[in-house]
Amino acid sequence: MTELNKAHTVAAGEPPPAPKKAKAQEEASLWMDAWRSLRRNPWFVVSAVLLVVLVTMALFPQLFTDNDPRACPLSRSRQEPSAEHWFGTDIQGCDYYARVIYGAANSMAVGVIVSLSVFVIGVALGLVAAFFGGWVDAVLMRLTDLVFAIPYLLGALVFLAVQSERSVWDVSLILIVFTWPTFARLMRGSVLAVINNDYITAARALGAGPLTIMRRHILPNSLGPVVGYAAVFTGIVIGAEATLTFLGVGLQLPAISWGLQLDEAKSYLQQLPHLLTFPLIFVALTVFAFTSMGEALRDALDPKSKKR
Amino acid sequence: MTTPRTPEPSFTGDTASPLLEVVDLHVEFHTKAGVAQAINGLNVTLNAGETLAILGESGSGKSVTAQTIMGILDMPPGHIAGGEIRYRGEDLLTMKPEKRRKLRGVSISMIFQDALSALNPVLPVGWQIAEMFRVHQGMNRKLARQKSIAMMQRVGIPAAEERVGDFPHQFSGGMRQRIMIAMAIALDPDVLIADEPTTALDVTVQAQVMRLLKELQVENNMGLILITHDLGVVADVADKIAVMYAGQVMEVSDVYEIYAQPAHPYTEGLLNSVPRIDGQDERLNAISGLPPSLTDMPSGCPFHPRCPYATDLCSAERPGLLPVVAEHTSACHYREEIYNGTRQPREEAQA
Amino acid sequence: MTGYIIRRMLQFIPVVIAATLIVYAMVFLMPGDPIRALSGDRPMSPQVLETLREQYNLNDPFLVQYAKYMWGVFTAGDFGTTFQGRPVLDIIQQGLPITVTLALVALSFQIVIGVIAGVLAAVYKDSFLDRMVQVSLVIVVAVPTLAIGFLLQLTFGLNLEWFPIAGTREGLVSYVLPGITLGAVSTGIVARMLRSELVEALQSDYVRTATAKGMRRSRVVVRHGLRNSLIPVVTFLGADLATMLGGTVVVETIFNLTGLGGQIFRSIQAQENTVVVGIVTLFVLFYVVLNLVVDLLYAAIDPRIRYD
Repeated sequence: MTELNKAHTVAAGEPPPAPKKAKAQEEASLWMDAWRSLRRNPWFVVSAVLLVVLVTMALFPQLFTDNDPRACPLSRSRQEPSAEHWFGTDIQGCDYYARVIYGAANSMAVGVIVSLSVFVIGVALGLVAAFFGGWVDAVLMRLTDLVFAIPYLLGALVFLAVQSERSVWDVSLILIVFTWPTFARLMRGSVLAVINNDYITAARALGAGPLTIMRRHILPNSLGPVVGYAAVFTGIVIGAEATLTFLGVGLQLPAISWGLQLDEAKSYLQQLPHLLTFPLIFVALTVFAFTSMGEALRDALDPKSKKR
Repeated sequence: MTTPRTPEPSFTGDTASPLLEVVDLHVEFHTKAGVAQAINGLNVTLNAGETLAILGESGSGKSVTAQTIMGILDMPPGHIAGGEIRYRGEDLLTMKPEKRRKLRGVSISMIFQDALSALNPVLPVGWQIAEMFRVHQGMNRKLARQKSIAMMQRVGIPAAEERVGDFPHQFSGGMRQRIMIAMAIALDPDVLIADEPTTALDVTVQAQVMRLLKELQVENNMGLILITHDLGVVADVADKIAVMYAGQVMEVSDVYEIYAQPAHPYTEGLLNSVPRIDGQDERLNAISGLPPSLTDMPSGCPFHPRCPYATDLCSAERPGLLPVVAEHTSACHYREEIYNGTRQPREEAQA
Repeated sequence: MTGYIIRRMLQFIPVVIAATLIVYAMVFLMPGDPIRALSGDRPMSPQVLETLREQYNLNDPFLVQYAKYMWGVFTAGDFGTTFQGRPVLDIIQQGLPITVTLALVALSFQIVIGVIAGVLAAVYKDSFLDRMVQVSLVIVVAVPTLAIGFLLQLTFGLNLEWFPIAGTREGLVSYVLPGITLGAVSTGIVARMLRSELVEALQSDYVRTATAKGMRRSRVVVRHGLRNSLIPVVTFLGADLATMLGGTVVVETIFNLTGLGGQIFRSIQAQENTVVVGIVTLFVLFYVVLNLVVDLLYAAIDPRIRYD
């Protein structure tokens, strides 16, 4: 293009790697590169620390509080935050700090279940659609059109309202049903971007079967953007779960969940704003941690999106 | 060849100074790997009505030269470390930015290599030509449109009237380059810089576009800087050739002279590497080795690691660009011997 | 062109049918009898029940019910009536202006703030301003709508009292906070998208040409760079308007607006099936039309795309 680019190449002055080792080196350096740029990314460091804390909170809430979130003497209800009750107490008199800490588990569970399932479904369908094309592609894409036509929050709202009992699994299932197309399309686009490359044609010409080509050549080269988005998406799902629960169609009492806390706090917005503030901060922090982690991953893994 | 070989700068020049003069220009790029010295003390002079070809391989700094003269070098990472670019005696590098902007496209204009990417894909070509008239001359939309149709006709685009509203991708490569040219010469510039104007084109179209450029140059008495790596293009149209290597000018000479009697080993190597139709040589003689890394320039003459005639003097001291005969300069310690063909290559280089 | 529009419309017919069918099925196969729910505790005579069932086609097989309903919608604009006998169209007409106003406020917020932030960040790339914009974008994109809504409500509504916190009584001012809430996340996305597109465009050859033509920097950015960069942004905004409809459910609930989003939520709780189906159908149609408009707009901005 311009002399400038050439100047860069010349300046880099790297000798071409020995042909034998080229493949292994290339893969290793792709991930090493990613890791190196991740470590230098402040967003990654901040979100990684946050995530470690939040995941520990979800798995072992006892580490963070000695209080039982279900011990709720009405005698101490509606207290402001104090040394004894850091986040105050709620309407029933439960220790709000303990409630908020214990709330992490459900949010994380929904986030991880939905995100993992959707990732697997999306990658598989996207790969199949892009690789085989033709009517397979057409059918799958019309199917994504169909799901896209119903805004996911709306769909989830209608579908969840129908069920009288809603567990973590029910909420997750509905979210999976309404969100998988995003991943399928993302993956399809990502695969299409690599599938016409000469190295794929070369692999075909050398007689590699479709499975080998998919596994060895297409997957490693097209997964980057999708992996990054999976983390971003986990954040979105956690936000969605809180929202649905807040709207009264998500998790139900006696489950402990940030969404439920927000729902309850809404009615006391003016009198007891702390009831709203604390779960809100935690939802925001969790979503933020996942989202910026995902952004950082995407930047690191997708060479095209590298910051200029 | 219709142009006079030795141009008379006096009849357009209002001062004694040449039209464009680059003096000891240094341009660097700051990269992760260090400072890349893209231009290393460059000196060239262009007179009105003259075609100067800057010849060099990729990485020799010829496009950076063009961009620096135009003032469209990306800074950072580019950085002008020293030197002057004088247009009619006035240094462009120290000029006020607004004054310099008003020279761009008006007095000094440029044609790019790849017209498809150099033209804006979402604007009609007529609009892009008309923009010159509208912005620089404050012409109204209608008049500017008529002028751009006239320009399109002048560069030989058939049915210009109907095609004025078409978009770049609707034209063929040669026609797109003609549009580029129409845009560049719209305001009758004194200096036209053509950066590899025909590299992206088919061979037959190349000749047409070069002929057009030459015609326009004669008509307007423009100074034309032709940047190229193609010795064939140069022979046809250039009056004067400057051979660049590693950001420096190695040799400057009249076009006939340089083909007949190069005074620099690099030029000699370039000429030997061109396949000849008469098939006198069975093998192509490529210059051995690679151009130096710009971040790690060799000491002395930048060509010495590849030069078959190199001596200890060459790695110790950088030769100046000095005349061999009148109007023929070379940056080689042994310029006279090369010029006369009396110098013998070293032993190991012959093997 | 006309041919293209017709083809696209035809392609969308199965999507519309399938999407509405799914929603219709979910809502009408809900457990519980809406007529009985309507009668509450008061016993109703079997004759009355039967007449009501007849009136709402509840005795027909499901597909016939669906067909009758859709026929009414598309031939007569008849979205049915509620079980209290109020035309659904009436309810839609009442809520539509509020939702449309909300969406437009959100959209203008996205465009104005998103484009300004994106352009500034791109033009002053790597400056302090750019960093500030980037940091705020990461935060805005990462915090869920729910949290943004409450935060705005708490700070600007309750504490500073700059804007009303609920309802639409004070006219357009009432839409400021809800609009910002609804548009916040997408504003961040627009700004970020535009920044990276424009950064790329500003390094392109045609922008270099514009500079070489002696154009002012402002003209180079706006006339030559921005137009190309807007193409993906327009696509995003189109797709996002559809998602925004889902978002109205949350935002209208938080801010107590009586638009269609809030209406859907209330109707689900009240088992007013016809209203739910009516509004969802409208949203699906809206999505389809919007998609088409985006496609056409795309061609208008980018002359390289032609539909014939």
